[in-house]
Amino acid sequence: MLKILGSIYMPPEASTVAPGVDWLFNFILGITAFFCLLIFAGMVVFCIKYRHRPGHQGGESPGHSTGLELTWTIIPLIIVLVVFFYGFRGFLDMSVVPPNSYEIIVQSKMWNWAFQYPNGTVTPELHVPKGVPIRLVLTSDDVIHSFYVPAFRTQKMSVPGRYNRAWFQATQVGEFPIYCAQYCGTSHSKMLSKVVVEEPTNFDRWLEEASNPEKQTGFTPQKAGEDIYKSRGCIQCHSIDGSHGTGPTWKDMFGSKVALSDGSTIVADENYVHDSVLYPTKQIVQGYQAVMPSYLGGLKDKQIDWVIAYMKTISEPYKKSMGSSGAVPTSAPMHKDEPARSAGSNLK
Amino acid sequence: MSAITGNLGLATKQPEHKSDNYLTHGKGIKSWLFSLDHKRIGLMYMIGVLTAFFIGGVFAMLLRTKLLTPGLMYTHNEADEWNFYNHCFTLHGAFMVFMFIIPAIPAVLGNFVLPMMLGAKDVAFPRLNLGSLWCWIIGSIFFGWVLLGGILHAAFGPFANYWANALIPAGLDTGWTFYTPYSTAKAANGTVEALLGIFILGFSSILTGVNFIATIHMLRPKGMTWFRMPLFLWSLYATSIIQILATPVLAITGLLLLAERTLGVGIFDPALGGDPVMYQHFFWFYSHPAVYIMILPAMGVISEVITAHTRKHVFGYNFIAYSSIAIAMLSFLVWGHHLFVSGQSPLANAIFSILTFAIAVPSAIKVFNWVSTMWRGDIRFTTPMICALSFIILFTFGGLTGLFLGALSNDVHVTGTYFIVAHFHYVMVGSALFAFLAGLYHWWPKMFGKMTNKTVGNIAAILLLIGFNLTFFVQFIAGAKGLPRRYASYPPEFHKYMVTSTIGAYVMAVALFMMAGNLLAALINGKKAPANPWGANTLEWHTASPPPHDNFPVEPVAGDPYDMGSWVWDEATEQWVLDEDHARTVAGTEPTVHQH
Repeated sequence: MLKILGSIYMPPEASTVAPGVDWLFNFILGITAFFCLLIFAGMVVFCIKYRHRPGHQGGESPGHSTGLELTWTIIPLIIVLVVFFYGFRGFLDMSVVPPNSYEIIVQSKMWNWAFQYPNGTVTPELHVPKGVPIRLVLTSDDVIHSFYVPAFRTQKMSVPGRYNRAWFQATQVGEFPIYCAQYCGTSHSKMLSKVVVEEPTNFDRWLEEASNPEKQTGFTPQKAGEDIYKSRGCIQCHSIDGSHGTGPTWKDMFGSKVALSDGSTIVADENYVHDSVLYPTKQIVQGYQAVMPSYLGGLKDKQIDWVIAYMKTISEPYKKSMGSSGAVPTSAPMHKDEPARSAGSNLK
Repeated sequence: MSAITGNLGLATKQPEHKSDNYLTHGKGIKSWLFSLDHKRIGLMYMIGVLTAFFIGGVFAMLLRTKLLTPGLMYTHNEADEWNFYNHCFTLHGAFMVFMFIIPAIPAVLGNFVLPMMLGAKDVAFPRLNLGSLWCWIIGSIFFGWVLLGGILHAAFGPFANYWANALIPAGLDTGWTFYTPYSTAKAANGTVEALLGIFILGFSSILTGVNFIATIHMLRPKGMTWFRMPLFLWSLYATSIIQILATPVLAITGLLLLAERTLGVGIFDPALGGDPVMYQHFFWFYSHPAVYIMILPAMGVISEVITAHTRKHVFGYNFIAYSSIAIAMLSFLVWGHHLFVSGQSPLANAIFSILTFAIAVPSAIKVFNWVSTMWRGDIRFTTPMICALSFIILFTFGGLTGLFLGALSNDVHVTGTYFIVAHFHYVMVGSALFAFLAGLYHWWPKMFGKMTNKTVGNIAAILLLIGFNLTFFVQFIAGAKGLPRRYASYPPEFHKYMVTSTIGAYVMAVALFMMAGNLLAALINGKKAPANPWGANTLEWHTASPPPHDNFPVEPVAGDPYDMGSWVWDEATEQWVLDEDHARTVAGTEPTVHQH
C-alpha cells in the first residue's frame, strides 16, 4: 500500500539505500499526519465550541498545567530522537563505502558532467553495472556542483579544491536522470545527464566500445565530433542554428573571420579552435564573457580533431572555400600524431 | 480615547488639548525623517519594508510566470532566459530576506509596540533607533542600485565605457546565499554593491537589537517583573540576542567575500588557496540563526493575537517564554545541517542533526500552548485571528516538514530540491508573513486610530491561505520526486506541479493586494477605533488610539498582561472598559516588586 502511495511522491527505488530512505520518509510522514490532525482537530473543535456568540461566556481554565506541558515536551523529544536514530543509521549506510567497489571519477564543470572509468575512458553519461557497489570520487573544475540521482536517493556536492566521495549500488536496469542540485550559474538547470544501469556483461561490452569510438560501426570523425558537441557540454553554450548563447554560435564559424574582444580579428581555423578548447580565455570573441572552462586534459587532441571535422560540416564559409566540389572529406584530415597539425590551416 | 485612561484611575480628568497625537505632533517631512519618536520610526520602517516586499513580490511573480513553461518565456535565446531567471530568484530572495522578513516584525511592529508595552515614552536610545532606520535606508539604496543597474544593463548593456561598466552593476545572480567560488569568481558584477548593502543593513539589525535589549532591561514599568512581560517582548528579547551575536558574523563574511572579489585575497576560492566550504560555515552561522530572527518575533505576535482575540489568558506563559530563549540559544548550534552533503564528516553531521531535532521541541511546545489557549475561550474571528489561525496551520506544517530535513538519510535525498523551497516558504512566508499581517491588523487601530474592514480582511486572509498552499504544497511533491531548486528549465514530468504553483502565486498576489487595499481603505474611511478595540490588557491598549506623542499621560502600572477579566464590554458605549475593581484585585497591580 505504502509503495503504491509512495510512487505518487517519490521517484523509483533503484538503489540499495532507496527503500530505507523511503521507509523513513513514510515514517516521518505518518508522524506529520498524526500531529497535523491532532492540532488541526483541536483548532477546529475549539473554534466551533468556543466561538463568540450571544450567550456564550469564556470559561475559567487553568493558566498552565505543568504535567500536561511536560507531557507535550517529553513525547515530541522521544519521537525526534527516534527519527534522528533512523536518519543517522541510514546515513551511515550511505557513507561507508563497501570494499572492492568499482571506482568512477565524477568530473563536473559549468555546465556538464563527465565520468572517468578506471581504464581512463571519459563519457558524458554514467554507465554502471547492476548489483556492483560503485564508489564515486567527485571533483569540480570551477564552482560547487551537486551530483544528485533521485532514483538512488544519492546526493553529494562536488567541491573545487577537494575530493568528495559517495557510493551507491544500483538494483535495477534502466536509465535514471542525474541533476546538478547546487546552483552554478546560467545553465544550472541544463547541467543534466543520466545513469544507465546495465547487466554486468553488457556493461563490460559497452565500456569496451566506449573506449574505442573508432571501432564502433558507422564511425566517422564528423559524427564523433557531433557526439562530443552534444555530450561534453559544448551544446549548452554554442548553438548550431546561428542564435546567440553564452558563447558564439558554431554555425558558419569555421573558416570565417572572427572579431576578438581585444579589437583584432582572426580566422577561425584549426589552430584557433584547438586553442579555444584548451585555453578558452586567451582569445575571446567580441561581445562574450570569458566564462568557458578549459578542456585541457578533458579532451584529447584526437577528439578535438573530430570536433573540428564536425564544425566544418556546419560552416558555409568553409565549404565555399573548398571550391565547387564542396566535398567534406569523410576521413579525418589530420591526426595528432601528424607532426604538422598546423598544415590544416591551409585548408581555408 | 482619553476616557479609557481615565478609567484606569491613575489620571483624573484628561485635558482636552490631548487630541494631539503622534501623527499630528510635528509637521513637515523633516519631522518624520529625523524623528526620534519610536512610533514614527516604526511607520517609516513599515513603508520601507513594504516597498521591499513589493519589489521582492514582483520578482516572485516574474519567476513563477517563467516557470509556466520549461522553455522560453521572456526572451529569444536560452542563455538570456536562464540568466534572467537567475537574476529574478536572486533578487527575490535578497529583497525578501534582507530587507523584508528580517526587519519586518522587530523594526515595524517591535518599534511601534515595544515601548508602549513597557509603558515607556520611547526606547532606551531614540537616536540609535533613528540611526538604525537610516542604516536600513542606506543599505537598501545599494540594493536599489543593483536593481537599477540590472535593468539598465538588460536594456542598454553591456557598456563599452569603463566608468559606465564600473558604476552600473549588471544585476545579481549569485542566489541570496552568495556561495563561493561562484560569487567571487564567476557571478555578475553587482555582487560588490549587494554585499556592501548587506553589510550596512546588518547594522540596522544590530542597533535595533541593542536598543530593544537595553529598553527591556531598563524601562519596564512598576509591577512588570520579567515573568509579567508580554510574550511579544520575550520573543523580541530573544530575537535581539540573535541579532547582536549573529549579524556581526555575516558582516565579517561579507567583508571577506569583498576582499576576495575585489582584491583577490584567497579565502574561499580554491583557485586562490581558499576553502569554499568554510564560506558555507560562515554564512550559515549567521543565516541559520537569522531564520529565528524571522520566526521568533512572529511567534511573539501570535501569542499576543491569540490571547487577545480568544479573550483568554495565555496557556503556559512560562513554557512559551522559556521556549523563546531556548530557541535563541539552540539556533546558534544547528548551522551545520545546511552542509550535510557538502563533505562534512559523518560525526559533525550527526551532532548537527541531533541539535536540529532538539530545536524542534520548543517550537512544538509553542504550538500546543497556542491551541490550548483557545480552550474555553470566547473566540472572535477577526482578521488578526484568522491570520493567527492560518499561522498555526502553516507553521505546524512547516515545522513538521523540518523533520524530513533534519533526518540525515532523508536530507541527502531532498536537500537542494523544491522540498527545501517549500519547507522554508512555509516557515518564512506561511508563518512569518502571516504573523506580520496578523500584527498589522491587530495594531492598525492603535497605529492610526482606524478600524479595518473585517469582512474584506477575512476573505483576503483565507484567500491568501488557499493561494499559499496551492503554491507551496505541490512543491513538496516536486521536491520529493527530485526536482532541484533554482532550475530555470525543468523536465516535462514536473510541468503540472510548476503550473499549479504559479496559479497559487497569482492567487496570493490578489489576496495580498486585497490585504493592502483594506489597510489603506481603513485610513481613508475606516471606523474610528477606540483605545482598546480588542479588550486586550497589554499596556499599549491603555492609552489613546492613535497614542499621544509621549504615549502615556501618566506612567502606567503593569499587572498581568493577559488578565482579560479586567476589561468588560460596555453595551452603552459599545466599547471595552476597564473594570477598576477587578483590576485592583489582580495581584501585582500594586508595585510590589521594583525592577528599575
